[in-house]
Amino acid sequence: MNSRNSRNGLILFAVYLLFYGGFVFINAFDPSSMERTPIAGLNLAVLYGFSLIIGAVVLSAVYGLLCGDASGSGSKDEEPKA
Amino acid sequence: MIYESSWQAILIFFAFVGFTLGLSFWMGGKAKSSEGYFAAHGQIPWFVNGIAFAGDYLSAASFLGICGMIAFYGYDGFLYSIGYLAGWIVALFVVAEPMKRLGKFTFADALDSQFNSRGIKLAAGISTLVVSVFYLIPQMVGAGALVTPLLGFDQWVGVVMVGTVVILIVVTAGMVSTTWVQFLKGGLLVVFSAILTWMILQRGFTVTKGGVDGHEFLTMSVQAEDLQNDDGTVGELSDVDVLLGNDGWEKSTRFVRLQNRNTKAITVWHVQNLTEKSPDELLLSESQTYTTMTDGKKLVNGQPKGTKKGEPELHPVGHIVELPDGKTETGPLSPIDFFRTLQQSKVVLWRNEKIVHEDNSFTIVYFPKITTGAEVLRPGEHPTFKGIRSEKLFDKVNFLSLMLALFCGTASLPHILIRYYTVKDASSARKSTIVGITSIGFFYVLTLYLGLGAMTSGALDVSDENMSAPLLAKGMNTWLFAAISAIAFTTVLGTVSGLILAAAGAVTHDLMSSVFQVKMNDGEKVRIAKMSSVVVGALAIALGILFQKMNPTFLVGWAFSVAASANLPSLVMILFWPRVTRQGIVAGIIVGMVSSMGWILLSGEAYSKVYGLDAASAIVPFSQPGIVTIPLGFLTLVVVSLMTSGRKKST
Repeated sequence: MNSRNSRNGLILFAVYLLFYGGFVFINAFDPSSMERTPIAGLNLAVLYGFSLIIGAVVLSAVYGLLCGDASGSGSKDEEPKA
Repeated sequence: MIYESSWQAILIFFAFVGFTLGLSFWMGGKAKSSEGYFAAHGQIPWFVNGIAFAGDYLSAASFLGICGMIAFYGYDGFLYSIGYLAGWIVALFVVAEPMKRLGKFTFADALDSQFNSRGIKLAAGISTLVVSVFYLIPQMVGAGALVTPLLGFDQWVGVVMVGTVVILIVVTAGMVSTTWVQFLKGGLLVVFSAILTWMILQRGFTVTKGGVDGHEFLTMSVQAEDLQNDDGTVGELSDVDVLLGNDGWEKSTRFVRLQNRNTKAITVWHVQNLTEKSPDELLLSESQTYTTMTDGKKLVNGQPKGTKKGEPELHPVGHIVELPDGKTETGPLSPIDFFRTLQQSKVVLWRNEKIVHEDNSFTIVYFPKITTGAEVLRPGEHPTFKGIRSEKLFDKVNFLSLMLALFCGTASLPHILIRYYTVKDASSARKSTIVGITSIGFFYVLTLYLGLGAMTSGALDVSDENMSAPLLAKGMNTWLFAAISAIAFTTVLGTVSGLILAAAGAVTHDLMSSVFQVKMNDGEKVRIAKMSSVVVGALAIALGILFQKMNPTFLVGWAFSVAASANLPSLVMILFWPRVTRQGIVAGIIVGMVSSMGWILLSGEAYSKVYGLDAASAIVPFSQPGIVTIPLGFLTLVVVSLMTSGRKKST
């Protein structure tokens, strides 16, 4: 695996793991905090849940940008065919 | 409920299936070689492959199961959405590019890339077969559940139809046709779900007293002594007698039965205390009953179940009883106002209890439960997620274990992993995964709107939560219902095709060719793969009929646990730990697979839902194995690798 891509991937993986782990542990050990409505009348369960999904999409896009054309597969592979 | 098939639904359904089969036969010529059959020659464009990831992954459990769980229990179903998507982070950041570089046709190729070991091929091949079959069962169950209301057939007919169509798709053109079917289905599912969500927001919320059939469910407050009098009056009802609690009814204290003195019709009412401070003030809520007699006859609310509209059937449910500021309707809502309004509203959810009578006939009582929006939008209401609100440590560990399995399972599913071989290089594998995450993530955001929209649609079948999404669409528009049902059916086709291909690859490429070293030329490999597909498809049909009463989401959770425990340790360690040995990989796969399956079979959920035994007598302390068996797989791999590191080169 290209070492730069691998390093970037593992850093982003660790960031998301912390984010996901935080959600799971708050649910398990402090569930009542999920009922709080900190922003715009939305409770923390909805806000955190949507953030996890949108966060995954954003981090994957960041990873794609960081990898760029230096993935080791050559720029000729980067053209979309669809 | 009584489902009557509409000509629009049948037309669109057969148009979808016909188009899918036509596509497969047309592409049949492109899959003559084994590389074409298993990997579409690695020539699938990355964008198409990315949407096909969505088509492969968004299974019956995702669409029907999650929407149904949200519609009946609220936020909890969304926990599956979150966990299923989070798993893609592991797939993208850890697995995608190396999988493409190391493998050729199957997941076993990647594991075995350094070793050329028959043991690894055997273990990985068996693991692929086991996980694929575990995952196939809920898809087939979902297919049967879908065809019944759509076309009016029995459930087993739906299972046989799906099995037959999928076998035809896989046998004609293998991965080429499977990919395009998944691309179409993935794209259509996301687009139509977005349309449905937009319609839900435009509709907003309206206060009603019942479902779309116009039946208004009665509630009345009474004094406890009213139930003791024999003056024929209970609350607003006159000429009724309170029936004694006998014939099984005495075992439940939450129901009272009233019989009309003139018609002799019996109604069942759910009893709640109005306030904790005054136990004599009771709230009676009209309930629904579904009785199965010993001779197989069915009664709905005490009358023989009808076969066509207008005859006795369970009333559709799911309505709002109170909106904020005393409003009766909201009009169109923004995506944020949708949740804000629901948070301050009250919704009627339905729960059920089974009453077993002296002659072994039984009645399921469906009773309403007025629930605040704040409760609907918080986790921990569904039995699977009861650990969130439980004080017991093992209940909490069970929840943590499930969320761990969802996180680790995606990157270990064989039918997802083989899709990395259908693109031409590692860069395309990465880009197609990003497209997959974006489309799947968008769909999972929509699931919360779809589920809550169904919850308040008045169209739910109180006896079948899996039908929530199609019935929501039916309440909006018949053509939309037809399209959503056909897409849901193709959803099953797409996922099942991928699973059968993964299993056929494991049989042909890993087991027959590599392990048993059967000499085959390219054409023979394709022929054997097609024969394997027919056998696996037939097995899927049989299991789909056998397990037709099981919940698809529940079964998918098991598949994720087995996949994560058996496959992830070896997949991760071969990438990041240079001291891994072939013996370590084989031991990690076998221990992970056997321990997770054993744990599941000895769990409380299996005891109660499979064997019909008391869950409390189960041997293992909680049902979800991942938190024990995934680390066990890693530990076994490391220990065995360290013990055998001196023999690494000797295969």
